[in-house]
Amino acid sequence: MLMDAELILVTEGLTKEFAGFAAVGGVDLRVRRGTIHALIGPNGAGKTTCFNLLTKFLQPTSGRIVFKGEDITDKEPADVARLGLVRSFQISAVFPHMTVLENVRIALQRLKRGSSLDFWRSKSVLDEYNERSLELIADVGLSDYVHWNAVELPYGRKRALEIATTLALEPEMLLLDEPTAGMGHEDIARIADLIRRVAANRTVLMVEHNLSVVADLSDTITVLTRGRVLAEGDYATVSNNADVREAYMGTGHA
Amino acid sequence: MDTTPSLAVTGSRQPSALRRNGDMIFFAIMIVGLIVAPFFTYPLFLMQAMCFALFACAFNLLIGYVGLLSFGHALYFGWASYVCAYAAKGWGLTPELAILLGTLTAAVLGLVAGSLAIRRQGIYFAMITLALAQMMYFVALRAKFTGGEDGIQAVPRGYLFGLIDLRNTTAMYIVVLVIFLAGFFLIYRIIHSPFGEVLKAIRENEPRAISLGYRTERYKLIAFVLSASLAGLAGSTKAITLQIASLTDVNWPMSGEVVLMTLVGGLGTIFGPVVGAFVILFMQFKLSVVGEWVLVIQGVIFVTCVLLFRRGIVGEIAALFKR
Ligand SMILES: Nc1ncnc2c1ncn2[C@@H]1O[C@H](COP(=O)(O)OP(=O)(O)OP(=O)(O)O)[C@@H](O)[C@H]1O
Ligand SMILES: [Mg+2]
Repeated sequence: MLMDAELILVTEGLTKEFAGFAAVGGVDLRVRRGTIHALIGPNGAGKTTCFNLLTKFLQPTSGRIVFKGEDITDKEPADVARLGLVRSFQISAVFPHMTVLENVRIALQRLKRGSSLDFWRSKSVLDEYNERSLELIADVGLSDYVHWNAVELPYGRKRALEIATTLALEPEMLLLDEPTAGMGHEDIARIADLIRRVAANRTVLMVEHNLSVVADLSDTITVLTRGRVLAEGDYATVSNNADVREAYMGTGHA
Repeated sequence: MDTTPSLAVTGSRQPSALRRNGDMIFFAIMIVGLIVAPFFTYPLFLMQAMCFALFACAFNLLIGYVGLLSFGHALYFGWASYVCAYAAKGWGLTPELAILLGTLTAAVLGLVAGSLAIRRQGIYFAMITLALAQMMYFVALRAKFTGGEDGIQAVPRGYLFGLIDLRNTTAMYIVVLVIFLAGFFLIYRIIHSPFGEVLKAIRENEPRAISLGYRTERYKLIAFVLSASLAGLAGSTKAITLQIASLTDVNWPMSGEVVLMTLVGGLGTIFGPVVGAFVILFMQFKLSVVGEWVLVIQGVIFVTCVLLFRRGIVGEIAALFKR
């Protein structure tokens, strides 16, 4: 099963306990290459914890993570990113006192140069990445904000910037933690469209509360409650599952 | 969305270009100032101030540009000062070799202390740096070569490259000025290098920097070693200039003083620590008549800065210009 080339990310019995309480308890995820896979579930279900485990920001209590056929369970978070598994954060993660351009460029800098330990060189060597940065910035509709500090952007634009920064790394797989949270209708439509476009040649695993976005974008949905997988399948399957309706969608789908 | 992107960066109102011009003007003022100053005030005072200014700049590299508060920077300043003084006096090394040896000592100490401290954040980081510095203070107190309470006195200034007699004040002044400027420009370069960009990202949001694939601990450790080395360069130069290395240089109030200088001048500004060092030393110099009260006055300044002028002297002035 693990050798299946179709599968880009696989977990086996992924578990994280906080003082005996299993925030994530024995999760088996199987994400197919080139798909958009949604991870949904009520608050506190363990979705963000899952992301932290997959990107090694947290060390699993037990279980295994395999990315592109390679066991990454004991890797450092920076190395996981270098393998092409890059995340966004639930709370928008930008570099606040750097400009929009600098935010995106720092990611390109990593992609193109690997490490940047050269403290004796002028940073004007980074100017060659400006053009590509501006393309990425234009892609998420931030061209008018190029020289703004990230901290000055409205919330929706910050999320857009974060996605542009993540995309700069050309990751094979993207983990998005609630990409549309706190956004207005227009921003949501824009981001959903962007996710669809970027997913054309990569895999996306996203946590999302907005069910219309989930229904619209996802090929596969995994429902998590109390750290366990409750159901899995496409939107029709999952939304007709009785357990799911009771545990998650509850009265809304009565 | 269909703008022509490249115009946006090549436009003349690029903010970083403006800032660079501002920096250049300040550089010019600072260099001219330091060249003419000895005609108006005591060269020895100026040399001492430049050593402390370099020390504060080195400290600022960590706190201002990486966001790491070291509370033990006296360790590098003081130990470099001892080693340099001993090398010059005990082994009769030429001043440039003695200074180099002192600086290397600080680099090694920085590597050891940095490796231990860098994994911790915030107050824990500060406590580890302080604890290590205090340990090494006691070593300095007990060790024979440091001269204990007396320190190492009457350090010969010697002959630079075996040729230039540094007992000549003008020669000594030029050496200190060159060392100070070299250190200052190195720090400027570090901050404005590809490496410096990553440091800035780490200061701004370390988890995000990690998630982009940066192994942030390496960057922090290198920054720590650079900062320690430059503090050591300052301490070594001070030992040759003032011809003394003593417990004062290696004890914790010295670590506090460099925090004060940086804060008063402007944390995270290029020129702030220089201004802060000159202001604090000038004050100590002028107020030496009131004795211990100078500590109280310093305390008041510290609190005033923290409460009212968060950005420090240079930071506040820069903010005025931005408006
Ligand atoms: N570092 C931690 N220490 C202790 N408990 C934690 C920690 N992180 C998360 N938890 C707990 O684990 C559970 C799952 O949290 P998690 O953040 O993964 O949920 P989530 O599904 O992302 O929820 P939300 O939809 O609100 O973002 C929660 O009960 C939370 O309180
Ligand atoms: Mg969450």
